[in-house]
Amino acid sequence: MAAGSPPLPSGKVTIPFYRDTRIIAIIVQVVFAIAVAALLWYLYSNMMNGLRQANLLPTFAFLSVPAGFPIAESVIPYDPSMTYGRAFVVGILNTVRVAGIGIVLATILGLILGIARLSDNWLLRNVALVYVEIVRNVPLLLQLIFWFSLTRLFPRIQESIDIGGLLYLHNRGVTLAWPQAANDFDAWMLWVYGGIVVGVIYYVIRRIQFARRDRPGVALPQAFLIAVGMAVIGFFTTYFVYGAWPVSLSIPELQRFNFVGGVTVTNSFAALLVGLVIYTAVFIGEIVRSGILAVSKGQREAARALGLTPGQTMRLVILPQALRVIIPPLTSQYLNLTKNSSLAVAIAYPDLFYVASTINNQTGQAVPVILMLMASYLSVSLLTSLFMNWYNRRIQLVER
Amino acid sequence: MRKHITLILAGLLSLVLAACGGQAQQSPTTAPAQPATTAPDQPTAAPASPEPTAAPAATAAPAGGTPAQPAAGGQIERILARGTLICGVNNNPLPGFATVDAAGVYRGFDIDFCRAVAAALFDDPNKIEFRPLSAQERFTALQTGEIDVLIRNSTWTLGRDGNLGLDWAPTTFYDGQGMMVRKDSGIETLEDMDGATICVQTGTTTELNLADQFRARGLTFTPVVFPDGDSTRAAYDAGQCDGFTTDKSGLISSLTLLSNPADHKILEVTMSKEPLGPAVRQGDAQWFDAVRWIVFATFQAEEYGITSQNVNDFLNSDVPEIRRFLGIEGDLAKGIGLSNDFAVRIIRHVGNYAEIYDRNLGPDTPFNLPRGLNALYTEGGLLYSPPFR
Repeated sequence: MAAGSPPLPSGKVTIPFYRDTRIIAIIVQVVFAIAVAALLWYLYSNMMNGLRQANLLPTFAFLSVPAGFPIAESVIPYDPSMTYGRAFVVGILNTVRVAGIGIVLATILGLILGIARLSDNWLLRNVALVYVEIVRNVPLLLQLIFWFSLTRLFPRIQESIDIGGLLYLHNRGVTLAWPQAANDFDAWMLWVYGGIVVGVIYYVIRRIQFARRDRPGVALPQAFLIAVGMAVIGFFTTYFVYGAWPVSLSIPELQRFNFVGGVTVTNSFAALLVGLVIYTAVFIGEIVRSGILAVSKGQREAARALGLTPGQTMRLVILPQALRVIIPPLTSQYLNLTKNSSLAVAIAYPDLFYVASTINNQTGQAVPVILMLMASYLSVSLLTSLFMNWYNRRIQLVER
Repeated sequence: MRKHITLILAGLLSLVLAACGGQAQQSPTTAPAQPATTAPDQPTAAPASPEPTAAPAATAAPAGGTPAQPAAGGQIERILARGTLICGVNNNPLPGFATVDAAGVYRGFDIDFCRAVAAALFDDPNKIEFRPLSAQERFTALQTGEIDVLIRNSTWTLGRDGNLGLDWAPTTFYDGQGMMVRKDSGIETLEDMDGATICVQTGTTTELNLADQFRARGLTFTPVVFPDGDSTRAAYDAGQCDGFTTDKSGLISSLTLLSNPADHKILEVTMSKEPLGPAVRQGDAQWFDAVRWIVFATFQAEEYGITSQNVNDFLNSDVPEIRRFLGIEGDLAKGIGLSNDFAVRIIRHVGNYAEIYDRNLGPDTPFNLPRGLNALYTEGGLLYSPPFR
C-alpha cells in the first residue's frame, strides 16, 4: 500500500450497477436485441408499406388458383388446370429428382476420380489431373450451356439415331424402351413383397444371433440374395402359371411429332444431370484424394505386409478410415449440387427455381413465392445435412 | 441444430426484407436529391437548384414551356431530376421492335416510344437509359421502381393490370399470338399439331394462351420453355421443337433471324388478342397520365397529318384545336405534369405514329407489315385519341 491512499472502508464494497460487468453485459445484449428487432420491424413495415402502395399485399391465396401454364416434365401428374400449389410441388420434385440422381452419380464418379488421381499409372493420373483442372476452372453455367448446345448436334427427331429399335438418340433427348407393368404384374408383386419380407426377417435374425455371440458377421448380402432370388422365382412362376410375363417392354414408336411409348429423357434433364455430375465429381474427387492422403502411410504398409492386395487395401483399410475425413466436406458438395441445380432455368429444365419464377411472374406475389422458394431449398439442404451428419457420427472412430 | 436453423432463417428473412424494403423509399422528399449530377449534361439547363424541392422541370424546358407543377406521386420530378428516363426494353433482339444496330444504337418500334417519352420530358430523345429485361424480369423491374416505364411488347391483361400492381397506357400495337412451323412438316392448322413439341418463352401471355388453346381443342403438346427469346428461337431453329409460338409480330421479326427463313411459315390462326403497350407502376396517377397522353399525341399527330417534317409549319396554324394540341394556346399539359409543348417535342424528335410505324415495320423495312388494326380509326383501325382540349 502506497502512502497517502485513502483508508479502505470497513463495510462491504458496493459497486454501482453501471460498472458491474455482468449487468453491463446483460444491458448490452438487451439493447442489441431490441435494436435488431426494431431494424427488422422497420424493414418489414417498410416492405409492407411499399407493397400496399403498389397494391401488391402478400397473400398465399394464389396457391389454390389454377396455374394455367404447362410444365414440360413432371414426376407427378400435372396439367395447366391444376393449382399453383401443385405446380410448386412439381418444381420441388423435379429438383429433388435431378439432385438425387446427380448426388449418386457424382459420388461414384468422384470416388473413381479421387483414386485415379493417386494412381501409380502415369496416364490415368494425368488424365484425371487434366479433367479436374479443366472442369474446376470453367463456370458451371457455361458448362451446362455447353452440354445443352451439344444436344442440338444430334439429328432431328424424324431422323433419330436408331440403336436396335430400343434406343433412339435425337436432339430432344434419348428415347429408350422401358419395362411396363403387364396384366399379371400384381401377381408378381406379391412375390417381390414376399421376398423383401423374408429378406428382412433373415437379416434381423442373423443380427440378433451375431449380437448374442458378440461376434461380427455379414448378413446383408445374403438377405439381399434371398429377396432377389424370390423375385426371380416369382417372375418365372408367374409366366408358367399365367402364360405371360408380368412385365412387358414398352417399345418406342415414332409418331408424327414425337415418340410414343418407352421413356424419353429430355435433353434438358440430360444436360443438367451431366453438367452437375461432371462438375461436382471434380470437387468430390479432390475431397476423396485428400481423405485418402490423410490416412497415414503406415496403415497401407501394414495392410500390404499382411498380404492384402492393393484393391483390398483400398477397400478394407484405407477408404473406411478416409471416410471420416471425407464426409463433412462431401456434405457441402451435395448441398452445392442441389443448389446449383437452380441453374436449370437456363437450359429449359423445369426445376423448382424455374417454376417459382414463373409463378412469381404470373401472380406478382414476389414475397410469398421467394419465401416459399427459400424455405424449400432450405428444407432440402437441411434434410441432406441431417442425414449426412447422422452418417458422419456413425462412421466416426468408436473409442473404447 | 435448432439454433442454427433459426439463425439462418432470421438472416435470410432480413435479407429479403432489406431487398424489398428498398423500393418503398419513395416519398417525394427524398427523390430530387440529385439534380446537381445531371446539370452538366444539359447545355440549356439552369444552374443546379440548391433547393431540392423546387420543380426541376423548369431546368429542362428550354422551349419556354410552362414549368411542370410538382404533384402527388412525383415520378416525373424524379425523372427530370435524374436527367434520364429509364426505359425497360427487350433484352433479346426483336428486329423492328427493339434491337441494337451495328453502331450500338437502340432502334425499333418500342424504342421509338421510349424516345417519345424522353422527348416529351427532356426535349431530347436521347436522354434515355435503356434497361434490357427478359420477359420474366420485366414486371418485377417495374414494380420495384428500377425502371420508369416498360415498353417491351408487353400484353395488357386484366390479371396483370390488377394483380401485378401495374397500369397500362394505350395500346401501341394490336397483335395476336401466332404459330410458326416448318414448311415440310405439313402442318396447316393447330389441329394438325396434336402431340407436337412447342417452343415458348416463359413469363409471357403466350405461354398461358398456348395451354388454353390446346386444352380447348383437346390437343396435347409438350412445352419446351426458355427464359429468353434467343434460346427459344435457337431451339426451334435446331429442330428441337415442331412449333414456335409468340406474338405474330414477334414471329415475323424472328423469321429474319432464323438460319433459313424460307423453310418456315406462320400459320393463319390467331390464338389470342395481344394488345401491346407501355406499362407503368400503379400509384402515380400523374405519371400514368403523362405516358398515356404521350402515346395519344402520336395518334393525334397522325390524324392531323402533322409530321416531323412539317411540324414547324403547323406552329403558325390558326386552327384552334391544332394550336391547343401543339401547346400554343392554353396550358393543357400542365395537369399531367408535362411541358405545354410536349406534342411538338415528340413530333419533332420522333414523329407521329405513322412515321414510327413505317420507320420500323413499314414497306421500306424487311417486315412490310400491313397496318391492319394498327391504323387510325378513320381508316378502319383501332387507334383513337381522346380530344386534346
